[in-house]
Amino acid sequence: MGFQRVMQRCLHKGTFLLGAAMVGLMLLLMTVGLFYTPYDPEAMDTQHALAFFSPAHPLGTDQFGRDVLSRVMVGARYSFLVGALTVVFGLVLGGVVGAVAGYYGGKIDEVVMKLIDVQMAFPGVLLALMLIAVFGNGLQNLVLALGLMSVPRFARIARGGFLQYRDAEFVKAARARGAGDGRILFRHILPHLTPELVVTGALGFAGAVMSEAGLSYLGLGMEPTTPSFGRMLSEAQGEMLQAWWYVLIPAAAITLLVMGFNLMGDALQEVTRHG
Amino acid sequence: MKKRVLGLVLAFCLLPVVFAGCGSQGETASSGEADTAVVRMNIGSEPDSLDPWQSAATDTEAIFHNVFEGLCSFDETGAIVPGLAQRWEVASDGLTYTFFLREGVQFHNGKEFTAEDAVYTYNRLAGLDGEEPLSSDFTVVESVEASDEHTFVVHLKQPSAAFLALNIEPILPEGYEEQATHPVGTGPFRFVEYTPAQRVVLEKNPDYYDQEKMPRIDRAEIYIMTDPAAVVSALQSGSLDVASIEADDAQVLEGQFDIVNAPQNMVQILALNNSQAPFDDVRVRQAISYAVDKDQIVDSVFGGYATKLYTNFSPVMETYYNDSLEGTYDTDLEKAQALLDEAGLGDGFTFTVKVPSNYQPHIDTAQILAQQLRPLQITMEIETVEWATWLEDVYTNANYQGTIIGLSGKLDPQDVLGRFASDYDRNFYRYSNPEYDQLLASAATELDPEARAETYKRCQEILTQDAAGVFLCDPNLVVACRKDLKGYTFYPVGFLDFSKLYYETA
Amino acid sequence: MAYYVRKVAGFLVTLFLVSLLTFLVFQILPGDPARVILGVDADPLQLQQLREELGMDRPAPLRFLEWLGGVLRGDLGTSYRYHQPVSALLGSALGVTAQLAVYALVLTAAVGLPVGIWLAHHSKKKYALPVSLLSQLGLSVPSFCVGVLLVSVFSVGLGWFPSMGYTPFSQDPLACVKSLTLPAVSIAFGSAAVLIRYVQASILEQEGQEYVKTARSKGVPGSRILRVHVLRNSLIPVLTVFGMTITDVLGGSILVENLFSLPGIGRLIATSINSRDLPLIQGLVLYLAALVVVCNFGVDLFYSVVDPRIRRK
Repeated sequence: MGFQRVMQRCLHKGTFLLGAAMVGLMLLLMTVGLFYTPYDPEAMDTQHALAFFSPAHPLGTDQFGRDVLSRVMVGARYSFLVGALTVVFGLVLGGVVGAVAGYYGGKIDEVVMKLIDVQMAFPGVLLALMLIAVFGNGLQNLVLALGLMSVPRFARIARGGFLQYRDAEFVKAARARGAGDGRILFRHILPHLTPELVVTGALGFAGAVMSEAGLSYLGLGMEPTTPSFGRMLSEAQGEMLQAWWYVLIPAAAITLLVMGFNLMGDALQEVTRHG
Repeated sequence: MKKRVLGLVLAFCLLPVVFAGCGSQGETASSGEADTAVVRMNIGSEPDSLDPWQSAATDTEAIFHNVFEGLCSFDETGAIVPGLAQRWEVASDGLTYTFFLREGVQFHNGKEFTAEDAVYTYNRLAGLDGEEPLSSDFTVVESVEASDEHTFVVHLKQPSAAFLALNIEPILPEGYEEQATHPVGTGPFRFVEYTPAQRVVLEKNPDYYDQEKMPRIDRAEIYIMTDPAAVVSALQSGSLDVASIEADDAQVLEGQFDIVNAPQNMVQILALNNSQAPFDDVRVRQAISYAVDKDQIVDSVFGGYATKLYTNFSPVMETYYNDSLEGTYDTDLEKAQALLDEAGLGDGFTFTVKVPSNYQPHIDTAQILAQQLRPLQITMEIETVEWATWLEDVYTNANYQGTIIGLSGKLDPQDVLGRFASDYDRNFYRYSNPEYDQLLASAATELDPEARAETYKRCQEILTQDAAGVFLCDPNLVVACRKDLKGYTFYPVGFLDFSKLYYETA
Repeated sequence: MAYYVRKVAGFLVTLFLVSLLTFLVFQILPGDPARVILGVDADPLQLQQLREELGMDRPAPLRFLEWLGGVLRGDLGTSYRYHQPVSALLGSALGVTAQLAVYALVLTAAVGLPVGIWLAHHSKKKYALPVSLLSQLGLSVPSFCVGVLLVSVFSVGLGWFPSMGYTPFSQDPLACVKSLTLPAVSIAFGSAAVLIRYVQASILEQEGQEYVKTARSKGVPGSRILRVHVLRNSLIPVLTVFGMTITDVLGGSILVENLFSLPGIGRLIATSINSRDLPLIQGLVLYLAALVVVCNFGVDLFYSVVDPRIRRK
């Protein structure tokens, strides 16, 4: 089924639209945040710390009196960035690895799959903890850790696909016409796998947002004063006895993003599988 | 995906094992009965070792100072008082110390305490028994001897003003080898058990020699809790009787508990690497000192439970504290700007502070400081690092621009101010001032207490003038006590004195 | 037979590579365990002594080989930080984690099964939409997020459950169950959502099968069809979800255990990394890798017994 057709069907599904709406809302907040935020997201006003929702601060203020709405608007930027970069990283590396393994098979396949097994046996969070302990906190290391964690998933999908199509008629035909391996891999087989990779991408995006939140919550990942959702959540947890409402905001932001991408990914999957 | 069914089977096989196995883990929280003879308290970190010779952590000492005693002890003001030695004499040349020991003191294993135990202990510490010394401080000891069963004599290589305070080091019984698993001392409490990651239990020593210091509780349980939020809920649910808490939780617990607090002789500092540009320029360090508003940190990070500092010294050590420095570097952005202009950095600069990621108050402080430096166009970037990494990169190798840390105070001012001496191996500030070094060296051998105090005051003044770092505050130790539990006592070093605690019977 | 020998060999190679990797990572990781243990006030002499005691003055390859030799003899070594055998620490942490896993599983089943069956039959109805969305929510909210919210409502707000800590079962069964309730619910919230979807999907699939249509045409009552035919055949995916949950929780839910200060595997993972406790982390990594590999391996075996058709080539 062509990609366009898949999208058309998706647009008729309620869950896809709901998911798109959730992601859209966050996207909107982020986009507006690029040009305008009600307050400087890092400006402190310790006299008005932990304020409840009010017209001046629609989502209240945090423990330093920073405006939570402004921080959410900027925080969304980092969540999208981490999610997108992680998916691209996993997709490119996993895709290439899986493609090579699936297309050539034999020894190469065996070695690659063994390595992937080893990585799968290595608990994801532990891997991330170690990577960050070695390379330090920060955006690029976070993306590196999360991206590496998502490689096996993409690699397996790609391997399965290339394995399935490498002996297909159209591939044989292309080969007979003298097409090189690279051309066959990318021009002929890849388009057939696009829907599945898109699904994995959407779910991977949700997973990355969730993991980023988890790691930042553990004090790893994004550095302070950067309004990342996970860090906001852990800071809010510390203030829970004084201001229970503050914790709701980062929790809701994470949920909206993750659920939005999950809903979209599921709908896509359903359409590609069952038509 | 459909591949983990066996896990289920495994789990159900494990089930009986699991529930049978949990009996052996020891108890975590007490049943919550109002058993008045037990005091349950928290501690923030795991004991490093039960053997005092292999331990250096403040928290471990805070617990085990109940179990072990030295020849000398200290009181609430930090003054050195008699311990296992009833009194002592110092020869006029300052080289010979004669300690007259208490009689009739028994170790917890029943062994009688004599001068031989002191000889054994000091020989090991100073490496006079042919083995490697255990403590570099004790290498000042030339020789020791027991002139009779209850008289112990120490000869020093050179006069040392800091020597007396060293004698709080625990005396261990000769011939006992199990200190690392079952410590034995002479103190008012005996060691009962240690369950890693959970708790340490002590019990009253009914044979303790000093009736005045005889414990009034029967048992002390110290729970290892690294999470401040866990401490609050443990207090609220009645699983702790007394606990040191984060300042901002005090307000929540106020009604239910007595909140007491006191400065803890700590220096929270924004350390700036003095050996690197731009902080090798005193004007830049001074500018930053002028830009910082300590009140905001005290109020916002520590909920008001902190004491502002002006030098690397806490006012809690009254004898040595130089109070004339108070008010230096009160916030003044114009002065700060002028100093930066002079240093050629009028347009600001960027630097990074490495903050240990497991100390939320320091991270919060960093966020506030970053904000306070913005008007000077100074961008302070925050990099949180693991504690292990901090110890290696910052503390050991001084590979950093700025950092925020709180180092705990010591009984002897030499230990606190000596951190800035240029020949000190862990001078991670990379501060170096010949005049300062020379003053410190002279104070170390100055036997006249008043002259010594004056020298230390002068040292503090130099640190302030040079703005060796930005001295922020001494975060108070905030303790929440059950309303009927009385007698919590603060000391200028970490010490949970259980012998003073008692329950008030209604 | 040869197939299983190869499997086991592969398993051992995986374990070896994983522990070698961990060891190498710890060689480049900044941080000195002796200094972490003794802290900032450590005397240089003490530091040196502790380093010798921990064997850190000897070459790294030698230490790795010695550790490996120990493992082959069944000795996982002694933790730097806790001065206790790694196996004892693992055992007691596993005790807590396994209780949590069982509790979470019971909750998952209690919610997931009925709701999944119900949804399978009512999914087309309007009133089922909120339930369906709620289960989607379960998939989307990270477990620690659920945990934080649960604490804010049930511990801080209502005071029904302790927000932290763990009481052993032997000491006070009720307090033990109470201390594990919120963590178990945090985990079950997500896994129940997964179960609901699996149950729903597999029932729908089974009901489309010929044998169900046949049974129905013979007049077998709906509830009997569900019980006897459909449920039995949907069991495999259900067990799959159970298996996944178990592996996840037994692998130590680092975030949930940290959030609730439970002395389980997840907490041990975090503290052992922080204190650079190499023997302990090596033991943990072995345990975790074995957990995953053994589960996968066992599941292969299980399938081939249950359904001879899936037997491997």
